[in-house]
Amino acid sequence: MAIQQLDTPERVNRSSAPEITLSGIGKRYGASTVLRDITLSVAPGEIHGIMGENGAGKSTLLKILGGAIGADSGVVKLDDREVKITEPRDAIAQGISLISQELALIPGLSVLENVFLGRWANTGSLLRSGRDADHLERLLAQTGFELDPRAMAGDLPIGQQQQVEILKALARGAKVLCMDEPTAVLNEAEKAKLLKVIRSLARLGTTVILVSHYLEEVLGLVDRVTILRDGQHITTEAASRHTPESLVGLMVGREVDFLLPEVPPVPSEAKTVVQVAGLSSSRVKDVSFTVRQGEILGIAGLVGSGRSETLLAMFGADRTTSGYVRINGRRLRANSIREAIKAGMALVPESRKEQGLVMSRPVDENIALSTLSGRSLGGFVRVAREKAAVSEISHSVDLRGARRGSLIGDLSGGNQQKALFAKWLLNPPAVLLVDEPTRGVDIAAKARIHGMIADLAAKGTAVVVVSSELEEVIGLSHRIHVMRQGRIVAEFDRNASRDEVMTSAFLK
Amino acid sequence: MTTVTVAVSKPAQKKFKLNVRDFGIVFGLIAIMLLLTLNTGTFLTGRNFINLFDQAAIVGLLAAAATLCIVSGVFDLSSTANLAVSAIAGVMITQHLGVIAGFVGALVVGGALGTVTGLIVVGTKVNSFIGTLAVSIIYRGLAIVITGGAIVAPLPEQLASFQTWTWPSLFGLTAGSVLMVAMTIVLGIVLWRTTFGRRIYAVGGNKEAARLSGIRTGSIHVAVFAISGLCSAMAGMILASRAGSAQPAMALGVELTAIAAVVIGGTSILGGHGAMWRAFVGVMILTVIGNGFNLLHWDTTYQQVVTGVLILLAVAADGLFFRKRAG
Repeated sequence: MAIQQLDTPERVNRSSAPEITLSGIGKRYGASTVLRDITLSVAPGEIHGIMGENGAGKSTLLKILGGAIGADSGVVKLDDREVKITEPRDAIAQGISLISQELALIPGLSVLENVFLGRWANTGSLLRSGRDADHLERLLAQTGFELDPRAMAGDLPIGQQQQVEILKALARGAKVLCMDEPTAVLNEAEKAKLLKVIRSLARLGTTVILVSHYLEEVLGLVDRVTILRDGQHITTEAASRHTPESLVGLMVGREVDFLLPEVPPVPSEAKTVVQVAGLSSSRVKDVSFTVRQGEILGIAGLVGSGRSETLLAMFGADRTTSGYVRINGRRLRANSIREAIKAGMALVPESRKEQGLVMSRPVDENIALSTLSGRSLGGFVRVAREKAAVSEISHSVDLRGARRGSLIGDLSGGNQQKALFAKWLLNPPAVLLVDEPTRGVDIAAKARIHGMIADLAAKGTAVVVVSSELEEVIGLSHRIHVMRQGRIVAEFDRNASRDEVMTSAFLK
Repeated sequence: MTTVTVAVSKPAQKKFKLNVRDFGIVFGLIAIMLLLTLNTGTFLTGRNFINLFDQAAIVGLLAAAATLCIVSGVFDLSSTANLAVSAIAGVMITQHLGVIAGFVGALVVGGALGTVTGLIVVGTKVNSFIGTLAVSIIYRGLAIVITGGAIVAPLPEQLASFQTWTWPSLFGLTAGSVLMVAMTIVLGIVLWRTTFGRRIYAVGGNKEAARLSGIRTGSIHVAVFAISGLCSAMAGMILASRAGSAQPAMALGVELTAIAAVVIGGTSILGGHGAMWRAFVGVMILTVIGNGFNLLHWDTTYQQVVTGVLILLAVAADGLFFRKRAG
């Protein structure tokens, strides 16, 4: 695919889009700061890329501009005019449209109806779909999309659904398109088409701001690129001044901001506990590795690279299509969570709220849930035993703020996470799979959780850690596997540098 | 240090609020009963209470089962269709093999049909509301097929013993009432103190978390539907025993009254939250209101309006509570 280099000044002249200036934008979620004092301007008709590691704050920034979430501080100006954007409709009124990763079409309505959703041409509430059809015709001609206006949105392939979203934005008179990872779900042909459309939209004067982690793609498309790191603005420069390597360097170059525990080396005589061989599911392909007693294996990679899915497949929670897992030499029956648990495997899942905890139930019940049968008699829960066991494990994970009968939903994120660990430590596991062990917890809880993982390994548990925080993976693990597109693509030892790991996660 | 203070004080505050919400419905029941005691001379009498419990027996059994279903995250709209089929089967078996065989047969049929409902809902992954609605139509149809649309009754000489569930027993309550109270207590303990009960809460509260904890979520749902079927059969026996016969349109729509009672009691329709005593309180509130209309000689047409308003209030309170929790 030949990349057309476009002449920026010419585009500016023809543009009707405003100049966007963000100053001092900040956003916090509880204890963690997601964006800090972001100041940035985007020229009319520019294609602007926003890049950064997982959790750098790129999507948050885009969502603030699109009104999907409100900023805590800072000012947005359009052509020197300060605007308040707190709701999507504020952004739409200013000509800014956000196209997020999860498309927001109504599957049961036609393309035509979706494009003009809620704004259908009418006379006294009677729809005049003929007028809409004409309008759509013009938009189709302008963008070069080939869509059947009468097709059901839900029946279209994902690439075309995205085109409908773009048309919807244009129909609303959008001058600024904010796109979050627009190519992540597309195949090569769809991708090429989308990039072409973005370029032609920009040529006609629309500003396009996009978040992406595909380095080459961004460099081939955008005029300027902004790098965010840990919620801070690092640099905004012309794309022509960057190489993929220089982008990675800017994205990862940060100090380690927390202390990691000492992880003792694995004794050379330690036997292999986990053997994963050729494991494949719909989301991971041919994953093989081993973990020894007391060893911590880290899995790094971008969001969606198959890290979490590897753990789910190992645990029997995601249906596998081939391959197997052996624990201490015994081959586990495929797709059986119960067998995995029986063999001594434990999974601390990625999302406390979705996968980990029953928020409507008390803390004790949540902790006891996966080991209920072990403390029952004739089907009855032995409450006294349960209380004793839970109180002991709560103490050892330093769980605070839990009173008798208090719901787990009322605890802080850090304490919920500790409770989730407590649940799986109640019966000491032979193999611990941990996904994002410290997501959304404060620094003290983080240190505590890291200490717990290191302790468990020191006592002989084989651990697999998945994390989006590179320091966490590198600092905790004896060995690191990097995944990309469902496969393990690189392997490093403990002394790997951030750059090496990131480069292998990003680049082909 | 600040985090510690916050963490401790917040649940304490919440707990106080929870208690008011938790038991508010009990005060509601007491208030209605107090009102009726003061305004009628007949409410607070043994005879009236025997009457109240007897009226509550059918809905009480269905509401106890509905509690298990709703807490586990499913609805069983097929419960009264199952009731009709098992009652009819019970009567037909009685005709051939006697009363005791008839009652046992009804329970077997009810449990079996409940299991089938569960397998259908779990197997097809259809939303339980729609799934059981369809199943209920099938079961009602089945009842018509078996009976040819006619009323079935036990043989004349069997009638006296067939009506055993209307006889007075413990504390003068009818046997049917006692069965309802006993089942409420048994299922209450199951929900409260057994591993099965814990799993019901977990599956209803967060199915994925339950699955990742090694719980067979499908089996839990099938079991819950099976128990619902058993309770339906019991309710069917009592109803047939009272009428001395069974027919395909028995207890039409009562499954909704049972769900309403569960909701009025304060069990969340979102699943994972609630208790058996709540169903009992809900059933008693509905029954006492009906009773009150009779005792006060009010026009019973307004009774439905009052019941409807009550359900709305209960559900609105539930929604507000969960919105607060989410935010």
